[in-house]
Amino acid sequence: MSASMVRVEGLDVRYGSAHVLRDVSFELAAGRTVGVVGESGSGKSTLAKVLVGTAPIASGSVEVDGVDVASADRAALRTYRRRIQMIPQDPFSSLSPRRTIGQTLAEAVDPVRARVAEHEERIGGWLERVGLQADMLHRYPHEFSGGQRQRIAIARGLIIDPHFVIADEITSALDVSVQAQILELLAEIKASLGLTMMFISHNLAVVQRVSDEVIVLFQGEVVESGPVERIYADPQHWYTRRLLEADPGSAGFSLAG
Amino acid sequence: MADPTTAVRAAGGPRTFAWNPALVIGLVMLGVIAIVAVAAPLAMGGQATGIGGTPNLGSTPEHPLGTDTLGRDMLARTLVATQSTVLMAAIATGLSAAAGIAFGVAVWLAPRRIREIGLRAIEFAVSYPTMLVAIIVAAILGQGVVQVVIAIAVANIAGFARLTANLAAKIASSEYVSTARLMGVPAHRIALRHVLPNMAEPTLILIAGAFSGALVEISGLSFIGLGAQTPAFDWGTLLNDGLSKIAVNPVVILGPAVALTFTSLAALLVGDGLAAAANPRSNTTRARLERIEGEPAVQDADAVLVADGITVRHGVTGRTLVDDVSFSIRRGEVLGIVGESGSGKSVTASVVGRLLGEGLSASARRLQLGGTDLLGRVPERTLAEKMAFVYQDPGTALNPALILGIQLSDVLRIRLRHSRRGAFGILLAGFRAVKLTDPEGRLRQYPHQLSGGMKQRAMIASAMSVKPELLIADEPTTALDVTVQREVLTLLKRLNEESGTAVLFISHDLGVVRALCDRVLVMKDGRIVERIDDVRSLSQETVTHPYTKQLLAATPVVSVPVAADQDEVTA
Repeated sequence: MSASMVRVEGLDVRYGSAHVLRDVSFELAAGRTVGVVGESGSGKSTLAKVLVGTAPIASGSVEVDGVDVASADRAALRTYRRRIQMIPQDPFSSLSPRRTIGQTLAEAVDPVRARVAEHEERIGGWLERVGLQADMLHRYPHEFSGGQRQRIAIARGLIIDPHFVIADEITSALDVSVQAQILELLAEIKASLGLTMMFISHNLAVVQRVSDEVIVLFQGEVVESGPVERIYADPQHWYTRRLLEADPGSAGFSLAG
Repeated sequence: MADPTTAVRAAGGPRTFAWNPALVIGLVMLGVIAIVAVAAPLAMGGQATGIGGTPNLGSTPEHPLGTDTLGRDMLARTLVATQSTVLMAAIATGLSAAAGIAFGVAVWLAPRRIREIGLRAIEFAVSYPTMLVAIIVAAILGQGVVQVVIAIAVANIAGFARLTANLAAKIASSEYVSTARLMGVPAHRIALRHVLPNMAEPTLILIAGAFSGALVEISGLSFIGLGAQTPAFDWGTLLNDGLSKIAVNPVVILGPAVALTFTSLAALLVGDGLAAAANPRSNTTRARLERIEGEPAVQDADAVLVADGITVRHGVTGRTLVDDVSFSIRRGEVLGIVGESGSGKSVTASVVGRLLGEGLSASARRLQLGGTDLLGRVPERTLAEKMAFVYQDPGTALNPALILGIQLSDVLRIRLRHSRRGAFGILLAGFRAVKLTDPEGRLRQYPHQLSGGMKQRAMIASAMSVKPELLIADEPTTALDVTVQREVLTLLKRLNEESGTAVLFISHDLGVVRALCDRVLVMKDGRIVERIDDVRSLSQETVTHPYTKQLLAATPVVSVPVAADQDEVTA
């Protein structure tokens, strides 16, 4: 399990004159979860896009699951993307309103034919696994609550047994109570499948619940990284401390001053 | 768990179809036209083409619409021409829709460079008037029915392409399309599975409108002699034939003119009806707010706001969204309402703010702000002076096309009749109070030039500029990062302490509410399940209702591992 799933070295990303990521380096071993925290504009989502091969890499090397993402050609990227998955943020816009959830999941299994009947058992199994019922596959997204939709999105991300999963702010559109259920589900699936995951969030308390390691991004740079226990107990960088203080879930949170 | 908000959020998804009079009348008219188109040539074909009758008759019992120069009955000719005219218009519309939609969708699924060229091409094409293009194409192709149909089809492609490109733009940037792309779904399958079904409604409306247009255009081309050639005829040629006799026998043009108008109207009614059916607001009723009698549950002489027995029902389903909720807020107090989505917390706030959504009906025993009875008729100006709002998403609450100075001083200028200069002055002082950098410059900036946190500061400055007695803040920090959230909450607290404005604060996050509010109401399924008066000592031990305990347990907490130096964390 010590083989490295993700190895990023000296990654720079620029959009025009904007330097979105600067000299980002980190490594993630298979079976581990890394939390990426930072405020909007810190480059969190760009990092996710780099890893799925949809953001331009200005310099540096990015290797995920043995694939050099920077130099991979279109065909290589296509097969690569079948082994990694991104779970999107907003459960209200990530499911097509005119497709049943069975059709949505079938498309993940077989992007070309997407026949529900051929994969009914597998789809039903995953619906049950994320806490829904197998016979719900004929329903449309609007028949589900936000939390249920996010469960469906998680099932879609995991149904193809990906080697690496990126969860981009998947609980920030949800209520705290629903968020807690989703985090519990993720922790459970992670433990049973040995998932390797990148969990992106601006909420430190949420990141702490699911991650083994943490990367703190500030204005495109990694200002601090390390094991969860160390970062939360002994933050070294002022920005990490500021994030910790600002979290309503932290013991020191107050509105004084 | 059932979430009542899904009903609201699902506005973009499939709904029960909303029939309306325009649609029904339009469809009935189209039905009549279809029957005539099929039956008339069979029943009256001979009458319409057989020559030998008395030519140039006016209206007679035998020929109500007269006869043409060859003595053919105009009524029969008009009815028989329905088939060819409607068929030509339908085929032309179908062709242009197919080509235009294919082009508009393909543009958005193509690589960026091709897309840019495609979009420019569409813009270029729509800048030419449809009729002009049709005439040019028809002139090139020559006279004849097929040529005219092709000409009209070609001329209308650009319109379809532009509309579908606009619709596809939004869908192509949606998360479900980007996810499908990442999963490796081929582009044409994305078009068929995701893009086309999600733009079906507006496209149908456009097709109905385009059919009406094509009908007139085809008749126009036939009228100027490019279309159907003798002995074939359509409404346009009938009009043309009748025109030369209009001074002596005006009744002969009545048939084709009425037929054209009738068919065109039918198509437009169907289009309008479809548009109304597609509009989720079309079948809702106006919001109602009424007083009910009863024993008051709230006795608070010092309160700024008294809300007694607020009950809200859905106008159609009759479902109760808020059930007998009572509370009061005193001057300088911050009252929080927490609960999950669908608990009724925002609906409660909307009743207090008299901003109840359409289709809902609310009642209360008493709803009083200062000396104003909110259940009665309240002048807009009084409302504007006494109450202000801060919404969840500063990004969508602001109009991207207006500078901040203009839109944030709306209430000051329009309701409170301040001059523009005076209003800007007050807003400027507000910008300084919320510590916006470069306050003078901000007045002339557009929303996109500010970050989310700055926009929310500007919104708060605007809300406080009227010195309201009550500020209603509905999840004002939910869309913000934790660091920015803390700044905005600190600002709200400071303004509340300095101005004494009472605040009604809605949130799903107990952690936030605990830091800001003096008292908290916990709502679930439209009811207040717990009232927490001592927020500072809020813990699993001090709360009593199981739901509050559950909410508290779900609130994310940063646990600082043992050996952590607390001073360092908060330093």
